[in-house]
Formats: sequence, structure tokens, C-alpha cells
Amino acid sequence: MLMIEMEDVYKKYPNGVVAVNGIDVKIKAGEFVYVVGPSGAGKSTFIKMMYREEKPTSGTIMINGVNLGKLKANKVPLLRRNIGVVFQDFKLLPNLTVYENVAFALEVTEENPKYIKKQVMETLDLVNLKHKARMLPTELSGGEQQRVSIARSIVTSPKVVIADEPTGNLDPETSWEIMDIFDEINTRGTTVVMATHNKEIVNTIKHRVIAIDGGKIVRDQQRGDYGYES
Amino acid sequence: MKARTLNRHLRESLKSLARNGWMTFASASAVTVTLILVGVFFVIMMNLNKVATDLEEQVEIRVHIDLAATQEDQAALKKQIEQMPEIKSIRFSPKEEELENLIDSFGEEGEAYKLFEQDNPLNDVFVIKTKNPGDTAKVAKKIEKMDYAAKVKYGQGKVEKLFSFINMSRNVGLVLIVGLLFTAMFLISNTIKITIVARKREIEIMRLVGATNSFIRWPFFLEGLWLGLLGAIVPIVLISTSYYYAYDFLEPKLSGNFIEILHFSPFIYQVSGLLILMGAIIGIWGSLMSIRKFLKV
Repeated sequence: MLMIEMEDVYKKYPNGVVAVNGIDVKIKAGEFVYVVGPSGAGKSTFIKMMYREEKPTSGTIMINGVNLGKLKANKVPLLRRNIGVVFQDFKLLPNLTVYENVAFALEVTEENPKYIKKQVMETLDLVNLKHKARMLPTELSGGEQQRVSIARSIVTSPKVVIADEPTGNLDPETSWEIMDIFDEINTRGTTVVMATHNKEIVNTIKHRVIAIDGGKIVRDQQRGDYGYES
Repeated sequence: MKARTLNRHLRESLKSLARNGWMTFASASAVTVTLILVGVFFVIMMNLNKVATDLEEQVEIRVHIDLAATQEDQAALKKQIEQMPEIKSIRFSPKEEELENLIDSFGEEGEAYKLFEQDNPLNDVFVIKTKNPGDTAKVAKKIEKMDYAAKVKYGQGKVEKLFSFINMSRNVGLVLIVGLLFTAMFLISNTIKITIVARKREIEIMRLVGATNSFIRWPFFLEGLWLGLLGAIVPIVLISTSYYYAYDFLEPKLSGNFIEILHFSPFIYQVSGLLILMGAIIGIWGSLMSIRKFLKV
């Protein structure tokens, strides 16, 4: 089953920059995909179009059977509930505790409080942060904050998790811990798409690699390697 | 929306008021200042209007009937006047009554005029009121042309000036109130915008995890409402107390002149209601305006 399908996708920003210049890609459910490429290659735009932060100028994007081009603005929140997103800068709310930050993703869907509690605690257990549920993000290390952010992205049991350089701000040791969690999520059947600059990770934990340069896919190989000198 | 969710929004809106302490104070103060201005202005406007209406009520047209007119001529004139659509009332005042009024108006010295009771030189008079006092001059001119209307008096000159003054002050007041309200809305939307730039992140994250726009708006809507209501407290207290004393002070001075200012009740309750409503609208509008640009998908 196809989870993500892009056909002939172009993206030109209002300032004239062509960030994505004709991309065709198919990602099956349950795959783990690295997206690599130099800065400014169009990686971020490619990723952003998947959760409809950006709309393509032309071409079609299907996510889990939904055509994003035809998706009405008021249906976007429903799409986002099926996609977990993780960022380099964690994007946690500093005033909320770890527990509240994770529960936030379920509160917006008006879930039953009992279900929220159970689901949040289970997810925090998965990322090994159950014992820090009452702490504020500022009291945690970078790696721990990223684990909270991952917990928030998967607490809704999404079909896809999209990560934009999740290890970009972390030291190598912590990066491996984060990768373990993504592997665990993937093993449970969730599709993972990860943009990264971390050569070592890509070359060690082998998965499909999509290399983007100049807004085009220049390489797409199963169990590939990073391939750039960085 | 579920009750639980509303409960969450209520909690969140109150939390954020407390969290943004100084900004809450600044926004509520902006509402307060505006509402005091609008409120004071409104109270003055309404009272001016009341006085103007009282004055207008006193404007009447006096038609002096030609001495040569017979009973039939008088009846015909009366009928003719009554047919005009602008007329509210017409009263016949015979010359004996006119003389009595004249003597009364001179007080002590009026005694001298009592001699005229033998041979009354005055005219019989029709006293006319128009439905809309603004028509007075127009109606008077028409009556002037009728047969047996010897003289038509309505305080020519003075009445026109009074009416144009009243009209002008009404319009100016309205423009000022509308202008003040707009200023307030922009002031508040700007103040709230400062708090929201800090909360841009929160909105961004809410959108990422799939919150609908209305879900995001609710806490801000409520927060604006609280700000507006908080801001309305001081103006209401201030205006009611000062009106209470102003009424006590002014009322005895005016009572001799057929002029009255508005009674404390129900006027001040209406003003308070209006201030609460305006505070709420300004607060909500300002708050929703300031998050608008963060909600574009």
C-alpha cells in the first residue's frame, strides 16, 4: 500500500525561487526513508509539502489516499492528526509540563480524558520519560526534549511520522538514542520520513535513501548511503 | 464542541490572563480609558439630547387670527391648518386668555393692563405644535399665506439657530463616539498582538498537531471577552458615582426652566449595560483581529 505518492511536483515560491523542480516519488506504508542533500536543495520544501505546510505549484501529492491539492483548508487539521511531525528545534511549549505537552496533541482532537491519560503515559514510557512527566521542558536535556517532541508526534498513532533533521541540535551519543526510538516506531508499522545531515547515521542504520539536489531527486536507493562529503 | 473542551478553553483563557500579567493590565487599561471617554461622552450626549428635546417640545407656532374674521372664517382656517400632515396639535386660545397670560407675565406691573379687559385689543390665537419640531418654520410659512392669518409667530431666527445647533451637536457627538470606538479597537488589537507574538509558537504548534482554527480561536475569544469585561469595571463605577452626584447637584438648578436631565435610574443601568457590551465587543474584536494572520493555512 502506498503511503506517500508525489507526481510531477513543482514548487515555486512567490519570490521566484524554484525549490522543487519536478519530483516523482512513491513511499510505501511501513517504509523508513532518509531524505539527504545539501542545504538549499529543496529538502525542507519537499518535507513541508507532505504535511501541507506548503502547497505545490503544480503536480499531485497523495498522503494515505488523500489528495493534498484538493484538500480544503478546513480539512487540513484532520490531515495533520494522521501525520506526526518532529523538528530540529523540538517546538515544545515552555509553560507546559512534559505530560501536558504530549497530551496537547490529543486534547485538540477532543479525546476522552481517560484515554488521553492512558495513551500519554504509554507513549512517555516508550520514549523512557515516564519518570519526568511532571517536569518542564527547560529542565530537560536536548535529547530528552526531542524525545518529548517525538512522543507528542506519535501519541495520536499517526500512519506517518515526518522528521526534519531531528538530530540536528544533538550530540552524537544522544542522536543514536533518538534513532533507536525512530527505529522502534518504524518497527511498530509507522512510516518514517526523515530529512537529515547526519552521514554516520545514514551509513550505519541502513534504510532507503532519497537524495535531493537542485529541487530534483538525484538518487533513490534501498539501503543506500549518505553519499555526500560533509 | 464538547463541554469538556469549553471547560479547557475557559481554563486556558484564564491561565493566559494570569501568565501575561502586565499585558493583561495594559489591554484592560486601554479598554478602561476608552470606555471612560466614550461613557462620559455618551452621558453628556444623551442629556444634551434630552434637553434639546425638552426645548423643542416648547417650540410652538402662534397664529394670530385676523380681527375681521367671523366664526365661520375661523373654523375654515382651523380646518385648513388641521389638514396639514405635519401638525401634531392645534389649540384655540381666545383673546381673553391671551390678555390674562400677558398680564400674568408682567407680574406686578401687569395691573396696568387690566384696563384693557373692557376693550381687548388682542387677537384670538391658534397655538400649534408640529410633529417634528424641525418643520416649524416650513409650516409657519404655509400658514402665513392662508386667509385670516394675520400674523404667525414662532420665535423666528432663534428657533432656526437652536435647531441647527442641536443637529450639529448630535452629529458631532456621533462621529466622536464612533471614532473613539475605532481607536480603542486598534489600540487593544495592538496591545494583544504583543502578547500574541510571544504566543505565535503556541499557535504554530497547535496547528501542527491538528487543532482546527476554531479550537485555536476559542481561548483568545474568551481572553478578549475577559479583558473587555475587566476594562469595563472602572468606567461603570466611575460614571455611575459621578452621575449620581452630578444629578443631585444639577437637578435643583434646572427644575425651574422646564428642562430636566435624565434620571439616574434607568439611565445609568442602560449606560452600564452599554459599556459592558462595548467592552466585550472591543476586547473580542481586538483579540480575534490580532490572531487572524497566524491562522492562515
